[in-house]
Amino acid sequence: MARAVTPRRKAFNTLAAWIVGVLVFFPILWIVILSFKTEGDAIKTPLAVLSAPWTMESYAVVQERSDYFRHFWNSVVISLGSTVIGLVIAVPSAWAMAFVPGRRTKDVLMWMLSTKMLPPVGVLLPIYLICQSLGLLDTKIALVVILMLINLPIMIWMLYTYFKEIPRDILEAARMDGASLKEEVLYVLLPMAVPGIASTLLLNIILAWNESFWTLNLTAAKAAPLTAFIASYSSPEGLFYAKLSAASTMAIAPILIMGWFSQKQLVRGLTFGAVK
Amino acid sequence: MTPKFRALMGACATAALATAAGAETITIATVNNGDMIRMQKLADAFTEANPDIELEWVTLEENVLRQRVTQDVATSGGQFDVMTIGTYEVPIWGKQGWLVPLDDLPESYDVDDLLPAIRGGLTVDGSLYAVPFYGESSMVMYRKDLMEEAGLEMPDAPSWDFIKEAAAAMTDKEAEQYGICLRGKAGWGENMAFLSAMANSYGARWFDEEWNPQFDGEAWKAALTDYLELMNEYGPPGASSNGFNENLALFQQGKCGMWIDATVAASFVTNPTDSTVAEDVGFALAPDKGLGKRGNWLWAWSLAVPAGTDAEASAKKFVEWATSKEYTELVAETEGWANVPPGTRTSLYENPEYQKVPFAQMTLESINAADPTNPTVDPVPYTGVQFVAIPEFQAIGTAVGQQFSAALAGQVSAEEALSRAQALTEREMKRAGYIK
Repeated sequence: MARAVTPRRKAFNTLAAWIVGVLVFFPILWIVILSFKTEGDAIKTPLAVLSAPWTMESYAVVQERSDYFRHFWNSVVISLGSTVIGLVIAVPSAWAMAFVPGRRTKDVLMWMLSTKMLPPVGVLLPIYLICQSLGLLDTKIALVVILMLINLPIMIWMLYTYFKEIPRDILEAARMDGASLKEEVLYVLLPMAVPGIASTLLLNIILAWNESFWTLNLTAAKAAPLTAFIASYSSPEGLFYAKLSAASTMAIAPILIMGWFSQKQLVRGLTFGAVK
Repeated sequence: MTPKFRALMGACATAALATAAGAETITIATVNNGDMIRMQKLADAFTEANPDIELEWVTLEENVLRQRVTQDVATSGGQFDVMTIGTYEVPIWGKQGWLVPLDDLPESYDVDDLLPAIRGGLTVDGSLYAVPFYGESSMVMYRKDLMEEAGLEMPDAPSWDFIKEAAAAMTDKEAEQYGICLRGKAGWGENMAFLSAMANSYGARWFDEEWNPQFDGEAWKAALTDYLELMNEYGPPGASSNGFNENLALFQQGKCGMWIDATVAASFVTNPTDSTVAEDVGFALAPDKGLGKRGNWLWAWSLAVPAGTDAEASAKKFVEWATSKEYTELVAETEGWANVPPGTRTSLYENPEYQKVPFAQMTLESINAADPTNPTVDPVPYTGVQFVAIPEFQAIGTAVGQQFSAALAGQVSAEEALSRAQALTEREMKRAGYIK
């Protein structure tokens, strides 16, 4: 039975949620505001910034100076590529761990997660040298593979958690009806796990899109994604806050829009199985 | 498809293939600052004159660039054909054989025209390993109007005592008016660039001739104590997180009476589009303590060609062009003399047009006042004014910078910061084998 909520409590909760939401979103909002100001106005006090005239000047400069679409395309290929290949590996792995667990399944899961605890810089040099000897420096293939491997533990863990919520009996019933393993996974398991798979997909696209350590270290000109595009506007000697903000806005806009449209799916997937 | 059309298509395809096969692409790693961005804009002039060379730019933030190019050059990664590197890297990388020597520059390049102090910092065992794109020192930038209100006159070559007196006279904290703004953010290229140069003028040095750290000496104590007093009494709040950009913003908004920092800042603070005090800025040499050394540094962003590049000839051609007199003239023609990359060539400072730029003379005098091969009052075993040109310095400099920044934030006393700096530097130098 749902607990009764008084109007006052409801108003308080709504207000609190709005405050937290605005606080979390404020840095992004401020970046967007600064991107429409001149460099001179961008360093003024917050009130003066707001009252200063709006301009598209920084966007024009960024467009003129950088090849935005090349960086954008690289980001799309790297994030989608790493996520899709990752899912192809993660779905069967998670299926095996959820429905046919062995004695060491829990240990394997923990071991996979432990690789996320290693600071990336610890393996930078070996990975850099491997990429160099394979001729993969500054290529999208290298980043697709590396980001896929980095995010694979999270994908397997997420899918494993979702699959665990699906009653084993349904799969057994399908098997008794004569479904092959492929049919069982494709026509029974996957349709039931769509929210979980969708949220895994979306979350990993976001993680891969925002990844900056490997994308900055393994690319130069050809495969550089939007993270490198933003980094090229950061300067220790010179105030380029408005241009940096314009570049940041252009880099985060696609993923923000994608998140906005898919938020229902994302939330549904993330809370899947939370209440039973 | 008619035979004519087929022939035309074939010709187009052949032409496209020939162009693609003929052009050599060189990748240039650079930093994001005004002069470098201008170079990218003007690079069409180079590619028009050299249609067989294509340019690809990788612009990165200074620290990221340093990490990337070090990684690339140390592992012969071959990702870059031209690298923008600083005065700190050149002697170390030159010694390691990581850079192509640039001793065969044509006569028309006029290598003897390079400013001796800058050229000295880029030369290892008589060989030039990088050519300067722009050079900088540090100097005092001050508000002439506030100085006048305070009844003081800034000498061309002030002392630290005068700076303290002027800072006190110009401070009005209630009106958010601070007498002096200095770097406080921790980092070997941040607060330690300023403090090492300041300490040089106090007679301090990083190491004695046997590589023993010197933070336990009286000279360092005097320099750090004066720095803390200046900043605590007359500096802006939260100065321990202020670097170049934060101080630039404060100065441009009219909140600093004086700012001692890179000479390249002069073009920013005198630019009326961004600076509210553009008309009232004066310049003076970095202060001294009467010991024969001034508290100014020397730095040059230079272009170098990494050893192992497969486009050495094209890369050399590009660095020659970007640091040539012709390039200077091209910038002057398109962007005006005030935007010409400063601090690299003697001829620039002899040019009557450039002499009209308000900060030109002081920039030259500041650069000439720094001597990277003899930076301190007492002799030292290293080169570099605001840094020590050894590979270990980045880590040690930043660790010491953190101690001094903590002292500025009031977390530790000056004595404690110095004793910790001494201990950590000793430990690292022992570990690296410089001392036993």
